[in-house]
Amino acid sequence: MRLIAENLCGERGGDAVFSGIGFALEEGQALIVTGPNGSGKSTLLRVIAALLPVPQGSVRIEGAMKIEDGGEAFPSVASACHYLGHQNAMKPALSVAENLRFWRDFNGDGQLGVEEALETVGLGGIGHLPFGYLSTGQRRRAAIAKLLVSHRPLWLLDEPTAGLDKASEARFAGLMAKHCTDGGMIVAATHLPLGIEGMELRMGETG
Amino acid sequence: MLALFLRDIRLNIRAGGGALTGVIFFLAVIATIPFGVGPDLKLLARIGPAILWIGALLSCLLGLDRLFQADREDGSLDLLVLGNDRHMLALTVLVKCLAHWAGSVLPLVVAAPVLGLFMNMEPLGIGATALTLLVGTPAITFIGAAGAAVAVALPRGGLLISVLVLPLTIPVLIFGVSASYGATANPDPFLQPFLILAALTLFLGVLGPVSAALALRHGTD
Repeated sequence: MRLIAENLCGERGGDAVFSGIGFALEEGQALIVTGPNGSGKSTLLRVIAALLPVPQGSVRIEGAMKIEDGGEAFPSVASACHYLGHQNAMKPALSVAENLRFWRDFNGDGQLGVEEALETVGLGGIGHLPFGYLSTGQRRRAAIAKLLVSHRPLWLLDEPTAGLDKASEARFAGLMAKHCTDGGMIVAATHLPLGIEGMELRMGETG
Repeated sequence: MLALFLRDIRLNIRAGGGALTGVIFFLAVIATIPFGVGPDLKLLARIGPAILWIGALLSCLLGLDRLFQADREDGSLDLLVLGNDRHMLALTVLVKCLAHWAGSVLPLVVAAPVLGLFMNMEPLGIGATALTLLVGTPAITFIGAAGAAVAVALPRGGLLISVLVLPLTIPVLIFGVSASYGATANPDPFLQPFLILAALTLFLGVLGPVSAALALRHGTD
């Protein structure tokens, strides 16, 4: 499976933020998007996920595995990706486990169990707490657990380590490395070193 | 989809949800009417169905602004839009509407017979009004979803949604009230306006979610 972007251009409010971005990502590879504030890192991720219209260029996923009736398992990039944005997409009024169970049921392709995923991010035993009671770092870790409960080959991560402590950063680097070894792909926008091997795309200089 | 329905119902019922707000507002509107109109029992009974309908309509509009805004603020909306290939977005919106209706509007329908007593309505009239509310209020939620989706990016969109949606709900109000009157006032028909009301709900049950989904897809930024 490959993620291919060609001559990609991104707009915010009618102004071009970047243009002429192209890359090809193979299974097991990670792309680290860096650059100063306002260089369009988040916009790039949202364009890839098709949450923003693509004004120019194209982004597509190729060679996704076939399912039985001949169709592709992932007809579009959006269906193949997990998007972890600035917000955690969790409801403060529901418990952590309820939140995760919902996303597991809604997204389908269940992978890890809810408790198991929480153990993996180091939040074992607090699944019954309302999400709103957690600290910033714990919320981020719960959102990362959301990536684990259902399977998607492509992870789009926007500042994934914001609010995490050193130990959690290291643990998350391990998770990302494991995802890549299992044949997944990662596109991460960040300011901080993520601790994984990957190609680097510097925004704000080329275009 | 069932997971989404259950989640939204839970959010509605838990603290901070809008389930009770609507009912209390409905109660406030209906309870003040007899004070304003005066103790003319005949008059109250005559305007009863219309007042119940107007009260329910306004209470319906009250919670609509949170329908998508809450999901947008915490980032869930992006993920719901991303799930478009697995669950068609219009279907997701429909499920959200049904959950909103069951959580916030159904309590109004349940409360309507009790409030009907305030208006000195006879049992048949109360029953007919509750039945028309049961059939007609989903239509208001479906139109409201389209309005809420258009105004989702606005920080204080509540009033705008009401202004956008209110003119479109007028047909629902007209047929709802005329069916309620038809049940008690003898020469007026009940079945015809009631069937038109049901048709409106079914029609808007398709049109509302589809247009809301379109607005949401193009409203993401």
